[in-house]
Amino acid sequence: MQAFTTHTGIVAPLDRANVDTDAIIPKQYLKSVKRTEFGPNAFDDWRYLEPGEPGMDHSKRTKNPDFILNQSPYDQSTILLARRNFGCGSSREHAVWALTDFGFRVVIAPSFADIFFNNSFKTGLLPIALPEEVVDELFRDVATDKGYQLTVDLEKQQIIKPDGSVITFEVDAFRRHCLLEGLDDIGLTLQHADDIRAYEARRQQTAPWLFLDK
Amino acid sequence: MAGKTLYDKIFDEHIVREQEDGTVLLYIDRHLVHEVTSPQAFEGLRLANRKPWRVGAMLAVPDHNVPTTNRLRGIDDLVSREQVETLDRNCTEFGVQEFAMNDKRQGIVHVIGPEEGFTLPGTTIVCGDSHTSTHGAFGALAFGIGTSEVEHVMATQTLLQKRAKTMQIRVDGQLGAGVTAKDVVLAIIGKIGTAGGTGYAVEFAGSAIESLSIEGRMSVCNMAIEGGARAGMVAVDEKTIEYFRGRPFAPQGELFEQAAAYWRTLKSDPDAVFDKVVVLDAAEIAPQVSWGTSPEMVVPVSATVPDPANETDPVKADGMRKALAYMGLEANTPIEQITIDKVFIGSCTNARIEDLRAAAAVIGDGKVASNVKLAMVVPGSGLVREQAEKEGLDKIFLNAGFEWREPGCSMCLAMNADRLEPGERCASTSNRNFEGRQGQGGRTHLVSPAMAAAAAIAGHFVDVRQIN
Repeated sequence: MQAFTTHTGIVAPLDRANVDTDAIIPKQYLKSVKRTEFGPNAFDDWRYLEPGEPGMDHSKRTKNPDFILNQSPYDQSTILLARRNFGCGSSREHAVWALTDFGFRVVIAPSFADIFFNNSFKTGLLPIALPEEVVDELFRDVATDKGYQLTVDLEKQQIIKPDGSVITFEVDAFRRHCLLEGLDDIGLTLQHADDIRAYEARRQQTAPWLFLDK
Repeated sequence: MAGKTLYDKIFDEHIVREQEDGTVLLYIDRHLVHEVTSPQAFEGLRLANRKPWRVGAMLAVPDHNVPTTNRLRGIDDLVSREQVETLDRNCTEFGVQEFAMNDKRQGIVHVIGPEEGFTLPGTTIVCGDSHTSTHGAFGALAFGIGTSEVEHVMATQTLLQKRAKTMQIRVDGQLGAGVTAKDVVLAIIGKIGTAGGTGYAVEFAGSAIESLSIEGRMSVCNMAIEGGARAGMVAVDEKTIEYFRGRPFAPQGELFEQAAAYWRTLKSDPDAVFDKVVVLDAAEIAPQVSWGTSPEMVVPVSATVPDPANETDPVKADGMRKALAYMGLEANTPIEQITIDKVFIGSCTNARIEDLRAAAAVIGDGKVASNVKLAMVVPGSGLVREQAEKEGLDKIFLNAGFEWREPGCSMCLAMNADRLEPGERCASTSNRNFEGRQGQGGRTHLVSPAMAAAAAIAGHFVDVRQIN
């Protein structure tokens, strides 16, 4: 996994609540058996004026000029500012892959759906939940300053605004540690393989019906 | 000390180890696998030269991409075909049991798990699919995960988890005639909102939930995720236990009785304390119809489309306006005046035998209205399809002008060829009315199977309670 320490980038405002993972990456692109190349299809239905299918040359499709990520400088943005319940719906991790492949490293919103939030940490995308009024203020800041940038420091759990003022944020200590170091969860867990085997041995005694493996 | 909730009982039984910060390594008993969210996980195993920890805990089935017509011809869409064939190859290579596309037992992953007795009470069940919450209907802890976690479970049979908060949603009293499990869960989501359950494991309880059939409880738990909760669950009772008797993967004979004795303990203690309790009165729940682009945008069929002008929360009002524009609806339109173009009866929410019976009962010898371009029934599994045909339900659907299809996810998410065209409006028994969910530009109204059948015959939404 890509480690995350500090990041500075342009903030794109996506001013709608309940952005679901179907919107972030529509179903037809989930047919891929790869983890990469989802970026051109992030927010596909909003981003292009005609329907898209896998295998198309997406650079030749007509972009919707009204969609924020098609406008300069937001086509270069790396921090997404969104509204409540971001990432709701399907568990598709492809949504996270689409955002990171587009270039995003951070999503800031008042709240996130659980599965999306969890998936983000596995691919090095940092989801930051902030109080609604703080998010409102960031939306106002972005509206008055095109190309508005923020710096996110995961070590210090701080967002630094252009004027030098600081917003602190919460993040689970273990997840923060894994993200800072870019650790592989599976490798970590397999260090406890003996514990897993011991659990299974115990469980086979107390619940043998769970081990009728076919 | 207060008693334990059902969630806490199951969670505690599955702790392999716990870190000081409360992060738990949780053992996973059952891992369901489908073609969409597994290829990158299998590839991850290969790249790291790892093998699945316990293949016997896995069951795979293709469901999202499979065609629902002419299946013996194979899959026309090359990209879909590649994904399904990749699942077949991965299952062969790693020794995972799979019900392949033309196996009679194939079906939607959340329908076949319980049907086979692969799902069992008291287990932890995961799948790379958010509707895994369905299996919580059996007193199991079941939730959807992303592909990285699919790989983690394959490689270690565990997941890193933090304990969720607990919420009890109690539906007390008796449901009215024509009011189904689907209406109950839509009403719940309308009340708590799509993020109401975020961070919680929800236990559905109360006399109205207890009185639901097992399949009805599955419909309720299925949509827990639409209320933001990764896991929804219902306590075990005798209906739950009887459901599993004789199922292929379930224990048999003496071992069944031993298991059943344990399963009977799977309920929240009377003095258990939930972090949050929500109560609904069953008698007040009417058949529901969603009007917008989020499952919380739902009203009783007798109501009108809500007006954003009456919403005080600016973020919500903005969402309502966007939804009305997308749905092509005017505020204050009576729901019963909304005409439809297509009808979809299917999905992991409502494609089991009781759903098909309920729809067929409403149809009787009626015919699909002339303004309805397509009405289709997609059974949840090959075995559901077979049972329905035994009962002659297929004849009722076909006689009315419905298409009778092969099992799969189909137009719930339109990954296969079944989809809405831009602007088409659908009465759907599925679980999500998001923009583009059933096809780009398609407009979805979520309803129960009985309400979908009634709408198919009338050509517009009608209150199913006024039929018969």
